Amino acid sequence: MADHILLRHRDIPDLDQLEVYLEHGGFEAFKQAVTGMTPQEVIDVVKASGLRGRGGAGFPAGVKWGFLAPGVFPRYVVANADESEPGTFKDREILERNPYQFLEGVAICSYAAQANTAYVYCRGEFWDLAHELEHKIDALHEAGLLGEGIFSTDYSLKIHIHLGAGAYICGEETALLDSMEGKLGQPRLRPPFPAAQGLFAKPTVVNNVETLTNLPPILNRGADWYRSIGTEKSAGPKVFCLSGCVARPGNYELPLGTPFRQLIFEHGGGIPGGRSIKAILPAGASAPLLPATDEVLDTPMDYESVPKIGSQLGSASIIVIDETVNIAWLVHKTTRFFEHESCGKCTPCREGTYWMHHLLQRIERGEADLEDIDLLEAVARGMQGKCLCALGEFAIMPVISGIQHFRADFEARVRNGR
Amino acid sequence: MLAEKYSSEIESILAKYPDDRKRSAVLPLMYLAQCEYGSVTLEAMIEIADLLDIDVTQVASLIGFYTLLWDRPGGKYRIQICTDLPCALQGAEEFAHQLCEKLGIQLGGTTPDGMISVEGVMCLAACNGAPMFQVQGPDGIQYHERQTVESALALIDELRKRDDSG
Repeated sequence: MADHILLRHRDIPDLDQLEVYLEHGGFEAFKQAVTGMTPQEVIDVVKASGLRGRGGAGFPAGVKWGFLAPGVFPRYVVANADESEPGTFKDREILERNPYQFLEGVAICSYAAQANTAYVYCRGEFWDLAHELEHKIDALHEAGLLGEGIFSTDYSLKIHIHLGAGAYICGEETALLDSMEGKLGQPRLRPPFPAAQGLFAKPTVVNNVETLTNLPPILNRGADWYRSIGTEKSAGPKVFCLSGCVARPGNYELPLGTPFRQLIFEHGGGIPGGRSIKAILPAGASAPLLPATDEVLDTPMDYESVPKIGSQLGSASIIVIDETVNIAWLVHKTTRFFEHESCGKCTPCREGTYWMHHLLQRIERGEADLEDIDLLEAVARGMQGKCLCALGEFAIMPVISGIQHFRADFEARVRNGR
Repeated sequence: MLAEKYSSEIESILAKYPDDRKRSAVLPLMYLAQCEYGSVTLEAMIEIADLLDIDVTQVASLIGFYTLLWDRPGGKYRIQICTDLPCALQGAEEFAHQLCEKLGIQLGGTTPDGMISVEGVMCLAACNGAPMFQVQGPDGIQYHERQTVESALALIDELRKRDDSG
């Protein structure tokens, strides 16, 4: 893409400085919304744009805002900057390098939701970044773009930064809200959904950083322009995070619907050392892994096409696996992650991730029998559909798909130990 | 007491949340304590609980849940290497092993002078910068990407010098 829409800092130097952002049309979209549109009109434009949540679920953003309990105030907007999925590092680049576009997105979303307070929930590890964002917010107050009576209207808005303290599960929106309330970050039973009773039991919109960063260009250039990018059902640009066994790992902003092959080989420079590609994890650790067949490599990366080949696009964190990687080792790594990050609230996830990790350690150490591979799969299937939130479901996906496509790798580990 | 030394910080933290939702300030206050004392001491937990009108247990339980909070001192600087899948594919486990060997400690251990701990941690959202680690210490948390054993050892020397002069 010649001109970046989300990673605009790559085209415009010093875009993280407010005066530079303003010179390049910054906060015109927010001004247009506050001075010339009703909140409902903003929601309608976002609905018409087809923007879908970029945190992983792909739920239409405007529709989500439309669920806010009518007539109940105060309302809150919470930006989810708890970026923790293995292989995902797009929000960090946006927050560091293009922070004002993100903050303008928070402001637009807050206006649409009729919220006067917004919070940015940053993972605790983003310590320096969070403190830098606080300075950026101060600069917006000084410029009159936040605070009381914005653009001489009666709209007022404050944005606060809230630091987490190290817990993957807080990326799940209801766990995030409990964490913000000073509790253990554990998912809530739903309903009620956050749009009805979210932060402090008030109607709340929770959106991912990248989702919010899409809002200023959508308002500036219109829903039709936005829909002209990407595919019919998956509109717009997406920041694809490319990592693993690839020559040029990094973030790549491309239209949704770009095939895996183009990302990995054209943009990412392919597999180093003349090795061949073996598999792809298309959504970090949280989706089934796919053998790198021609069919898979030629699949468009969008919310409809990836499920058709048996996986998910999720947050679009593509981890490339080459022929030297044993899949039992890989599944041990992902399972160790989920075992560590399981919040412990529901039994299938807490116990299931523990036992899967235990079995995989046995396989990795060469202490397992061949039946342990079946037992591992049985534990995974036993968790399926029984967990309180998506984490437990995510945890079993690499396990089941790994055994399905690469059983020989597990057997090799078992045999080598005997 | 935190309240005496950090009264303005505490005030601005509490101002972020509704008056009847002070409990939201618990993590920021625990960070204040940890930067001051190196861990969240029992005295600090009691003080935070009093400030927020919650039970000490409600403060203490967060320490086991959140990985960045500590109830006992480790190295003054905690080097937390991401050894999760994407970094591991770029050699992070070997990097962690070699760094520990140079420092003469096990992963998870602390140098005899109490200055440096090395830990393996989960994904830090810097997968394109592997091998990488964060340093958690009295000044918060800083990222260090695209590291080698040599660059990490140079940073450790610098941290030790910073401590001598500070």
